Amino acid sequence: MKRQIPLIIVLTLGIFFFIQFFVPSQISTNIYQTTLQWTLVISAFAIVLAIGSLVNHHMLKIKRRKPHWWNSIVTLVALVVMALLGIFGRVKGLEPLGELYRKLFHYVQSPMDQAMFAILAFYMASAAYRAFRARSQEAALLLISGFIVMLGVIPFGSMIWSKIPDIAEWIMMVPNMAAKRGILFGVGLGMTATSLKIILGIERSWLGGGGK
Amino acid sequence: MIFSTNPWVWIAAILTLGIFSFLYKENPFYRFAEHLFVGISAGYGVAIYWNNAIVPNLYVPVFQQHNYWFIIPGLIGLMFFFRFSSKAGWLILIPLAVLLGTGSGMGLAPTFQTDILKQMQSAIGDATNLQLGGWGLVWGLVTFVGVLTTLSYFFFSREQKGALKISANIGIWFIMIGFGASFGNTVMGRIALLIGRVQFLLTDWIHVIK
Repeated sequence: MKRQIPLIIVLTLGIFFFIQFFVPSQISTNIYQTTLQWTLVISAFAIVLAIGSLVNHHMLKIKRRKPHWWNSIVTLVALVVMALLGIFGRVKGLEPLGELYRKLFHYVQSPMDQAMFAILAFYMASAAYRAFRARSQEAALLLISGFIVMLGVIPFGSMIWSKIPDIAEWIMMVPNMAAKRGILFGVGLGMTATSLKIILGIERSWLGGGGK
Repeated sequence: MIFSTNPWVWIAAILTLGIFSFLYKENPFYRFAEHLFVGISAGYGVAIYWNNAIVPNLYVPVFQQHNYWFIIPGLIGLMFFFRFSSKAGWLILIPLAVLLGTGSGMGLAPTFQTDILKQMQSAIGDATNLQLGGWGLVWGLVTFVGVLTTLSYFFFSREQKGALKISANIGIWFIMIGFGASFGNTVMGRIALLIGRVQFLLTDWIHVIK
């Protein structure tokens, strides 16, 4: 019973919305739009689980006085403050809270987000050193195409040779496109097969208990 | 060197330096910035979900438009909280089933159409479109061969030997060129972000660049 009900729901909704795609009536489109709204609401509640897990992790760290536990207080305070400012900042009469929320986004969240990704450039450079060493034909191809594409998007590339941006564009449009299309085929087939397996109840790992 | 008088610019600059300090080694300054970033980002996510999903799709329809049908997804969503119940924990499978069923059903045909049929159509179209003429047609054919050989590399139903091995080997060349190009693009994206941060520090914070 505990497994049958969810499986029946998946089967019914899966088949219904698969058929819905081929029915071009207004009613069908309305049902699709409404269900999209409904799924947005349902999935929004799922974030509660994610936040619950984060809070739980940091509360445990504080409770057990683990190393650097005071940083967990920073995380929890930041989480609560940002969420409350974002939620109440749109309420009439509380606009200053909304302004503070925007300031925190522009001067705290966004700069740290960019800085976090920017430092990855250094680690990617060291990873590239290991990956790009031309020890085989394939590694040499990776090295050459990566190098040309990087040179192609900076002014220095065209200073070396005016054709480099054109070659970089050719790499993106021909061999890169071919590989991406081939991979997309595989992804598409994989997604289709997985969707079918979920709808038909063959894939049951989401039920927990190892799919028994 | 004239420092900015805007306290928000100072906060942004100090936190940026805090993140960059990790390049030297892990330190308390970085750990503080990292934990602050996690908290702020999670809080931002909650606010975004609240304002973009809950308010327009649940609060407004139910409390302002009096469309009570929208209580149903709210109730189904609330079932996620059964995660914290030891007896009724299995009820969390209901909202999961609704999301998986609708997601799989809605995605099945469009995925097949966009990732398989459209890609196939474009690959064959580029290789046979005589209007492209000359090099356009040649590159279309090269792309088509690249798609086929890339696919053959991922074909594991038969042992890769003979013609299939040759095709798979050509496929791996295309894949490597593709990965190299993606790597190059990603690195340049990160470099652009780095330039952006350094520009912020030098322009907005210490006003060295005007």
